Amino acid sequence: MSIIDLFLLQIKIITLFGGLTIVVLSLVWLERRVLGKIQRRIGPNRVGPQGLLQSLADGIKLLVKEDIIPESADKWIYWLAPIIVFVPPFVIWITIPIASDNSVLAVNNMHLGLLFVIALTVVSITGLVMAGWGSANKYAILGGLRSTAQLISYEIPIIMVAISVLIICQTTDLKEIVDKQNIIPYAIYLPLGLLLFFIAGIAEVGRIPFDIYHAESEIVGGPFVEYSGAHWSVFYLAEYIQTFTIAVLITLLFLGGWHIPFISLQENIILGFFITIIKSYGVVLIIFWFRGTFPRMRIDQLMSFAWKVLIPLSFANVIFSSIVIFYDIPLLVLSIINILVTVLIGYVLYNKFTTPAIIDAEEMLRKARNYKLPEGI
Amino acid sequence: MTNQQSLNSVDMLLNMGPQHPSTHGVFRMVLQIDGERVIDVDPYIGYLHRGSEKLSEGEQYAQIVTLFDRLDYLANFNNELVFCMAVEKLMEVEIPERAEYIRVILCELNRIASHFLFYGTMGMDAGASTPILYGFRDREKIQSVFESVSGARMMHNYFRIGGVKEDLPTDFFEKIYWLIDEIKKGVDQADSLLSFNEIFLNRTRNIGLINAEDAIDYGLTGPNLRASGVSYDLRKNDPYSIYERFDFDIPVGDRGDVWDRYFVRVQEIRESVKIIEQALKQIPDGEITANVRRIARPPEGDIFAHAENPRGDFGVYLVSDGSDKPYRLKIRPPSFCNLMALRHMMRNAYVSDAVMILGSIDIVLGEVDR
Repeated sequence: MSIIDLFLLQIKIITLFGGLTIVVLSLVWLERRVLGKIQRRIGPNRVGPQGLLQSLADGIKLLVKEDIIPESADKWIYWLAPIIVFVPPFVIWITIPIASDNSVLAVNNMHLGLLFVIALTVVSITGLVMAGWGSANKYAILGGLRSTAQLISYEIPIIMVAISVLIICQTTDLKEIVDKQNIIPYAIYLPLGLLLFFIAGIAEVGRIPFDIYHAESEIVGGPFVEYSGAHWSVFYLAEYIQTFTIAVLITLLFLGGWHIPFISLQENIILGFFITIIKSYGVVLIIFWFRGTFPRMRIDQLMSFAWKVLIPLSFANVIFSSIVIFYDIPLLVLSIINILVTVLIGYVLYNKFTTPAIIDAEEMLRKARNYKLPEGI
Repeated sequence: MTNQQSLNSVDMLLNMGPQHPSTHGVFRMVLQIDGERVIDVDPYIGYLHRGSEKLSEGEQYAQIVTLFDRLDYLANFNNELVFCMAVEKLMEVEIPERAEYIRVILCELNRIASHFLFYGTMGMDAGASTPILYGFRDREKIQSVFESVSGARMMHNYFRIGGVKEDLPTDFFEKIYWLIDEIKKGVDQADSLLSFNEIFLNRTRNIGLINAEDAIDYGLTGPNLRASGVSYDLRKNDPYSIYERFDFDIPVGDRGDVWDRYFVRVQEIRESVKIIEQALKQIPDGEITANVRRIARPPEGDIFAHAENPRGDFGVYLVSDGSDKPYRLKIRPPSFCNLMALRHMMRNAYVSDAVMILGSIDIVLGEVDR
């Protein structure tokens, strides 16, 4: 490696870091504006045009705030936890290609890129547990334990779905995976996989309806409850980068990355870059939409949902994909199987969860009219 | 080598409140938890004690109305009504028809406002961030009507012994028909956003159960009692004011879980709208206050008056010694009595459920601690 290569590498890494920070700031702004629209209010609109600089101002405020370390905290663990949460999401990005020419837009395209990404996402859990333990706060400990259970359970469906994608495209190089989807994105072949990956992805980054480990109304922020200032902002940054990473992974694995579905175009780096970004932001918007409409699940429901629904389905998905590939059945059959299973499971779940629970309002009122008070009132 | 003692595990004590986002004010409970399971709960109250009952003994009757505003601060009109009814009963004052109708309309509006806030906070406890803004939006509209009527959004001091302070403003009727439409839209939105959401149903169904017998034994009243299937509502069972003139239903739940307590309240909004619509059709012209001396001196004696507040049976026991100040005033706050069933409801709950159960009882600490 010559000195120029090293210099170029450094420039790339700095650009990546800066770009990701800008992405996070834009995501924070976008989330607040979108939530504002959903909740019939305006959202940030004072700092800069359309409030665009609000998140920057918040970031600066957080950085200059006093960083309080509780008296009884386990100081080293407390101090180290944000770093362990924060570094892996950034490291993942050295291999994520964002446009067709990866010599420009990925720091280092790996042949085992997908495995690298999946392996590194798990590391952050350690940081959350450390934060929970180190804070010496009961809410934080509850949050830390919840995060372990949740994130490990939801890692399995993510891996299994990724494996079924690997089986179809026969490569772990993210760039090649995208290039195999230049006409038909895998979302057509693997709608069930897309659904599982999306749900498990939301759970993996701990957003509503799966924000159990930092549930504001129950355990008041979970592992982050004692953190303030720069430490807290680091957690915040990591969370948004993880959200964006999941969105980009969905774009690359299922939505055809920088290709426009069903249209074969001359490859163009700039255009490809924007197509990827637009698709990823679209996925992120759906995640924000969830946040505006859904309540939070409970820890036991979350776990049973992972182990009884998501994990069996993701294993089934792997089996379907491997059978289809092994016997050279056309991929369209896979997509039909996928759609059938999705509809079937959806119908069963819908009946199981909704029918016994919903009581007709009229029925309640009819009972009210016929009711006799018990004796002795 | 028997070292069994080191294997014993100890339950964790988790202090929730008074500065917890989900304790609805300054309520504190100490949860004894085993992992995520709640084994026992110890409620602590008194952080908002202001001595309202004792203060009342030093105030003239007309001045006590302001103290009642501050008890259940989400249902100010309903509180004022109970106190005025108690004094009027003692003095045997006949209230003008128009004043009665104004009182009923405002009380029912206040019930709706309180239930909208409940809908919002319930969503908040369940982790949904949107319902609270929708609930507050609709409550805000009601409060602006209150402001045009009484001059204040919350602490109205509008009901007087023998009637109300002033007549309704001239544009009241336009406003209220608009408001009724908005309320109806708001309730439908609540149903489509939260009530039948599957996650919400999963979080609330069969949580915090209390059956009818236990509910009666604990002295639950209001929506909490009705959610357990007991159709007991003072507006029907012991009609006060002019409630027997209206046709409305009492929604009841069927198993007494968190969802029933939630949905009974949502249904009550619709029933209250019915009452308001009928009252608006029937409201006559005429006087708004009876001929009562400004400094009221009820005759010697004691009286108990109660009414159906948004939170339940709100009672006032008043002892008069014939002077211009009460000798003793005792308040029966529904939230306080409802809160007593908290421990019963929390059997085998999870930590997340604890928050939902407390939210579903819908306490107002101003009234619990008085």
